[in-house]
Amino acid sequence: MQIFTCPSCGARDEREFHFSGELGKVRPNTTGEVNEEEWATYLHTQGNELGAVREVWMHMTCAELFVMERDSVTMEVLSTTPLRKDVS
Amino acid sequence: MSSHRISRSVSERVLNFTFDGRRYVGREGDTIASALLANGVRVMGRSFKYHRPRGPWGAWVDDPNAVMSVRLGTVELPNCPATTTYLEEGMVARSVNAWPSAQFDIKAGLDVFHRWLSAGFYYKTFMWPDWHLFEPMIRRMAGLGAVSDDVLENYVSEQTHDRCAVLVIGAGPAGLVAARKAAEAGEDVALVDDHRLLGGGVYQQKTLEGKTPDVWVAEQTAAITAAGGRILTATTAFGIFDHQLVGLVQQGAFGTAPKLIRMRAGRVVMATGALDRPITFANNDRPGIFSVDAAAEYLARYDVLLGRRIALVSNNTLADGTEARLTTAGATVIRIDPTTGALKARGSKRLKGIWQDDRLHSADTILASGGMTPTVHLWRHAGGKLDWCDNRQVFVPGKGPDFLTAVGAANGEFDIDAAIAKVREPETAIKTSYHMTPLWPQPGSKGRQWIDFQHDVTLKDVELAARENYVSVEHLKRYTTLGMAHDQGKTSNMAGLAAMAAIQDRPIPEIGTTTFRPPFVPVPIETYHGHHRGQNLHPVKRLRLENAHRAAGAALCEYGGWLRPGWYGAGEAKDRIRAEVLQARKAAGIFDGSPLGKIEVMGPDAEDFVNFVYYNTIATMKPGQIRYGFMLTEGGVVYDDGVIARLGPNRFVISCSSSHVDGVRNHLETWRQDGNDPDRIYVQDTTAHWATVTVTGPKARDIVAALLPNEDVSAKAFQHMTFIETEWQGTPIRVARVSFTGDSSFELSLRQSKAEDLWGAVKSLAEPMGAGLMGLEAMLILRAEKGFIVVGKDTDGETMPHDLGFGVPRSKKKAAFLGDRSLHTEKANTKVRNQLVGLQVEDDSGPLPTGAHLTNGDTRPKSQGYVTSSYLSPTLDQPIALAMVQNGAARMGETVTVWHLGETRNATICSPCFFDTDGDRLNA
Repeated sequence: MQIFTCPSCGARDEREFHFSGELGKVRPNTTGEVNEEEWATYLHTQGNELGAVREVWMHMTCAELFVMERDSVTMEVLSTTPLRKDVS
Repeated sequence: MSSHRISRSVSERVLNFTFDGRRYVGREGDTIASALLANGVRVMGRSFKYHRPRGPWGAWVDDPNAVMSVRLGTVELPNCPATTTYLEEGMVARSVNAWPSAQFDIKAGLDVFHRWLSAGFYYKTFMWPDWHLFEPMIRRMAGLGAVSDDVLENYVSEQTHDRCAVLVIGAGPAGLVAARKAAEAGEDVALVDDHRLLGGGVYQQKTLEGKTPDVWVAEQTAAITAAGGRILTATTAFGIFDHQLVGLVQQGAFGTAPKLIRMRAGRVVMATGALDRPITFANNDRPGIFSVDAAAEYLARYDVLLGRRIALVSNNTLADGTEARLTTAGATVIRIDPTTGALKARGSKRLKGIWQDDRLHSADTILASGGMTPTVHLWRHAGGKLDWCDNRQVFVPGKGPDFLTAVGAANGEFDIDAAIAKVREPETAIKTSYHMTPLWPQPGSKGRQWIDFQHDVTLKDVELAARENYVSVEHLKRYTTLGMAHDQGKTSNMAGLAAMAAIQDRPIPEIGTTTFRPPFVPVPIETYHGHHRGQNLHPVKRLRLENAHRAAGAALCEYGGWLRPGWYGAGEAKDRIRAEVLQARKAAGIFDGSPLGKIEVMGPDAEDFVNFVYYNTIATMKPGQIRYGFMLTEGGVVYDDGVIARLGPNRFVISCSSSHVDGVRNHLETWRQDGNDPDRIYVQDTTAHWATVTVTGPKARDIVAALLPNEDVSAKAFQHMTFIETEWQGTPIRVARVSFTGDSSFELSLRQSKAEDLWGAVKSLAEPMGAGLMGLEAMLILRAEKGFIVVGKDTDGETMPHDLGFGVPRSKKKAAFLGDRSLHTEKANTKVRNQLVGLQVEDDSGPLPTGAHLTNGDTRPKSQGYVTSSYLSPTLDQPIALAMVQNGAARMGETVTVWHLGETRNATICSPCFFDTDGDRLNA
């Protein structure tokens, strides 16, 4: 069982967390024209990289989203930082 | 039976037990295996496939043969390894896979048919001629032992979480020294060992550092404890998991569930020792053939001398010491070099000797060692790599994670003095005394030579698998079942992969090992779940009004994680539910709707936010209004349905499905924080703060009017899909006109602490009007009569809003919303989408089965959809059903075939709304 560190609550058991997505996905502006390929890429294409990855996770007990950098091979957590830009 | 116990002066407690119906005597500290061996009993079981007689090969976790079913008092446990189950007074042990006993097994004749039960037997019978011919027989014969139907009360594992700076796994000489070194350096040390008696292989030594083994071990443990270290005996580290979690399982008395300790260690020292590996020769599976290490352990730990005339077959120097100790104990030892000629055991249940080429050495016992194999399971669990050592012909720990180190025999150092010295001074070069001559299976050699004892995989099976191109070790394992027995290949894997290497004429390291997976030893499933089962695994959410419901005779059932009244009163459930439906349609039903979601969305950007997360346009709502709508996933699939109320310009309440609140809240939080300014939107789940009493039916308005005499609740003043906020008995109350039944309905919500008062008041006002309580089952029928859906029941993972008849926002809504683009793909526009319809049946066979397929009626029918909800409608006195059908909206009036488990009926596609199609009652 993994231990993740919520930026607000500290180190907690993995069962309190929910994977939200890879960091850096930007939703296409759907009020304009979005071609099929662009939309399909947004919906389905995941980097799924080996090694260091940056992901968005939610700590469900406090509902705060944060950025977790971790190694997808060793499962080591490299860093956790708030998603909000104004908090460091 | 002759006694094989070497007497000691120390008097020890005697333990009585039986095996296969015969009485024996063992002594305290024995395992079942050591006690039987002391009594001269060697045949302890039969092999899985051929029912060959088998005795123990090993003395501890590496034994693949002696598995027993053991009863003590009222507790019976199958799958007890005789070599690791400590003897207790009064134990009744039975051999498994043998009848009437291991000694005389009726199915032993199967061995004659071994030709037809070769490698890949299952694979081949699956393909030809017909698996079903063999299946009944195979199923009867498969398995080792039978599970008792009795549930073992109190067989519940305690689970704890623990941590330490240094975890040392294995209390052999290397582990003890490592633990002492760390403890004396001031570190917080935990030392675990799977035996009750610490020391590992140390008792095989006459002396260690000038002391007898027990004195030496006592000195180490005293020093560790004195320095603050902890010692856990009878505790196996069965796996290393993510983030340095080590799973420890601690055995207690027989029949009690082992304890699980989740140990988080700063660093881990693996001192897990090594296992002796068998030599592959003809009939090497006979009872009476043991590993050299096992013979040394039985003598050292249990004072059991396995035989009087012992053939000692070994390719390595560790046998020298064992030979000396066996001789001292009174045995005649004949040394045989296995590298000089082909071997074959003579004798069946009773061993007569061993042939080497043409020369017979008579012996009552054969001890074999093909060299030591480091126990590297945990190293691999943790992701460590293995290196091949050519000198010792072993895989040793290579590059591993920083937190893990291997010492002693686990690291390939089989010389105890050298191992200890290396732990004390890692940098100094120490010469090992261990030497061995490579010795591996010889493909093409004569006789039946066992690789996997328990699963009856022979060298010929490996050769056959290779001929049939199952050459990867992972394929070999699955094709032949090599290494799949309860010992998980502790004795067989190395021989198997070496045989494959020899067949292909490739070096062993190129062949590689199969994956090492936890658990290292069998661990009962109970250990993993502990108390987390049933209600403790998924605790139900409880209603504030539960006691009131119980007092009213409610049948409480779980619905979407909540314990809710299904119906009220005694008698047949279907009669009660029918009565509640009819009462609600005639007068009114009183329903506890408290679990309905109440998620508030507030803030200056709240309007834009809800407009984005909803499929429907929310921005045009005015305060006081309520709107029904869908939330979609980005894939355009309906995720939740429910109503949203606008409390004010910047404040909304989302009333999502009862079972969906947690999910919807996470969904909203995700979009709030990722893509929006979280300082301008606030999401708060207030569901737990509110109790909701729903009153529905033609008399609902009268009841609410009587409850709130100061409010004008007339149809004109208080319209459907609006709400008012007022006070009841000094407490704020929110009254919403929302209907899930098709009748005029009022949802009364107020703080939880006033729930009982409101429930009682509504009930006493309602009863004189012929109204009464109603459970969730009646509600589900009422909504189906009206054609109202339950998301997840009447929809599936492909359902989009236009499949449910809600197509307007898709074509008209201008603002961006979740899932918008997905509603305009080719898939979303195809003509063969499943759409919501109703079904009517003309026959009198009752309601259609839920889940039944709708077909075109061909002789080879193809599914065109399925029944999602089906009831006997009390209101209409006829069966009704909702279904998802291909292109359903355009097929009104069409007759379809309903297929269920081979039976077919006809049904007519109709509108999903069966009741009050004009909506007169809704607005009444």
